Amino acid sequence: MTRPANTITRYTTVNRINHWINAGLFILLLVSGLSMFHPILFWLSGLFGGGQWARAAHPWLGICLMVSWVGMIIQFWRENLPNRDDVAWSKAITHVVRNDDGHVPPIGRNNPGQKLVFWSMTFLIPVLLFSGLLAWEVYFGKATSIEVQRVAILVHSLCAFAAVLVFVVHVYAAIWISGSVRSMTQGYVTPGWAWHHHRKWFRELIAHRKQP
Amino acid sequence: MSDMQSQDYVRRSASTMTPPSARNVEDQVAKLIDVSRCIGCKACQAACMEWNNLRPEIGHFEGSYENPNDLGPSVWTLMKFNEYENEQGNLEWLIRKDGCMHCEDPGCLKACPAPGAIVQYANGIVDFISDKCIGCGYCVKGCPFNIPRISKTDHKSYKCTLCSDRVTVGLEPACVKACPTGAIMFGAKTDMQHQAAERIVDLKARGFAHAGLYDPPEVQGTHVMYVLHHADKPSLYSGLPDKPHISTLVQAWKGLYKPLAVAAVALAAIGAFFHWITIGPNETTEEDEAEARREMRETEEEQAP
Ligand code: HEM
Ligand code: SF4
Ligand code: SF4
Repeated sequence: MTRPANTITRYTTVNRINHWINAGLFILLLVSGLSMFHPILFWLSGLFGGGQWARAAHPWLGICLMVSWVGMIIQFWRENLPNRDDVAWSKAITHVVRNDDGHVPPIGRNNPGQKLVFWSMTFLIPVLLFSGLLAWEVYFGKATSIEVQRVAILVHSLCAFAAVLVFVVHVYAAIWISGSVRSMTQGYVTPGWAWHHHRKWFRELIAHRKQP
Repeated sequence: MSDMQSQDYVRRSASTMTPPSARNVEDQVAKLIDVSRCIGCKACQAACMEWNNLRPEIGHFEGSYENPNDLGPSVWTLMKFNEYENEQGNLEWLIRKDGCMHCEDPGCLKACPAPGAIVQYANGIVDFISDKCIGCGYCVKGCPFNIPRISKTDHKSYKCTLCSDRVTVGLEPACVKACPTGAIMFGAKTDMQHQAAERIVDLKARGFAHAGLYDPPEVQGTHVMYVLHHADKPSLYSGLPDKPHISTLVQAWKGLYKPLAVAAVALAAIGAFFHWITIGPNETTEEDEAEARREMRETEEEQAP
């Protein structure tokens, strides 16, 4: 891949492949799931070749998503651990959303918003898997009582709703912060991007940089 | 059932618009099952298989007169037998014909996510339009009576149709026609209620003080009703629910939450769009790059030996 001189690697090839498998699966789950969520969204099942297909594919895609997300956890848990800087950054959230970055304290590789997305999904995806399995008529329809299945589908529905909101925030943040999408497609950011958005990470990198 | 009548819907699953309902002056119908007159011969069960061309797989004897053991995709009605020892120490054999109750307020229909897969006709019959069913099993979770069964071969949900195909052309359901003791009756719901009232007076006179009609108001009444000798304890009859109601879990899941959640997601997306056109993208500028270069240079100088 051609990339300008002096750029910084933010996501490795393995990071990116895993991320986009994950994104693809999530979008397919979102579309097939939402088709059963509310009548005005039922048409989404057409994208799967009809309601029967959407219903049948959804749980299998969910299992794949869980596997993919385990890969994401292994690769990203460390940099999403909370630290002291998160407090100051979070307090400046009104400046963050107004692009008033002069008043936002410097932050490391990931900011609290990104960490929130990571930990929300790390909580929601396993709950979606478990509740989804209990609600899976074809294989688990007789495994538990109907009452348990009622709880499961309600939990699944609520968690899916939460996951969709997290997803909207995540996607918009990526569009909003110019250069983020490229970091996940081509893997690199410019030094200026790192300095602007993740100054502590930038400083760590240059402090440990090998001398040319 | 197939979609025989399509202009007399009063409810249609997963539909936000008014369903076609021009033909709406039909009488509300009901099937009345007089449990006290049933001899457990299963003629109705056989007639149901016969009329609807259903042939469940042959199962195993499980030590009970119940055969097969449960309702199924091709078992739409099932005689259930319970041996009950009453207060006097006498044995009572309580036999109940189980199957869809055709609720006036059907939980299956409320839960179903597939538009038009479950409909209710003006006469009150709740019908599954199998062609539109996606096999999700939500109707199972919505039903207070544990009735719908999903086929493992075609992934469609099935239950009693109240012979909607026969009723449409003015015939009574097949089970009604077959019953040798006249324990199953069919007609206008009000007529059936009168019929039941007379029978209940009779039963009370014979010592069944708690005889009564099972037409549970929690689901706004049903279009299949029972005359029970022990109407104070419906659960004696192989677990007929005492107070059947659409589970509060299902109501929470299918209630106001759904439109609000859709609105919240839409608002989040619209909010993001307006953030974009008011505050706009957060760009990395040439000054940022210059600052970054300066810091890199400074660090390099510090680190230089
Ligand atoms: C992780 C594993 C998952 C499994 C095993 C799973 C399984 C299921 C099952 C069995 C159903 C019932 C319909 C059907 O049989 O297809 C369902 C519904 C649904 N799923 Fe999932 N799912 C998973 C993940 C997700 C994810 C990540 C989303 C995200 C956005 C999602 C959104 C939905 C929605 C919106 C519904 C409809 C809920 C309703 O009717 O209120 N699911 N899921
Ligand atoms: S008994 Fe169950 S399947 Fe029949 S109409 Fe009522 S809710 Fe639907
Ligand atoms: S299984 Fe079929 S009838 Fe039952 S809720 Fe799902 S789509 Fe509706």
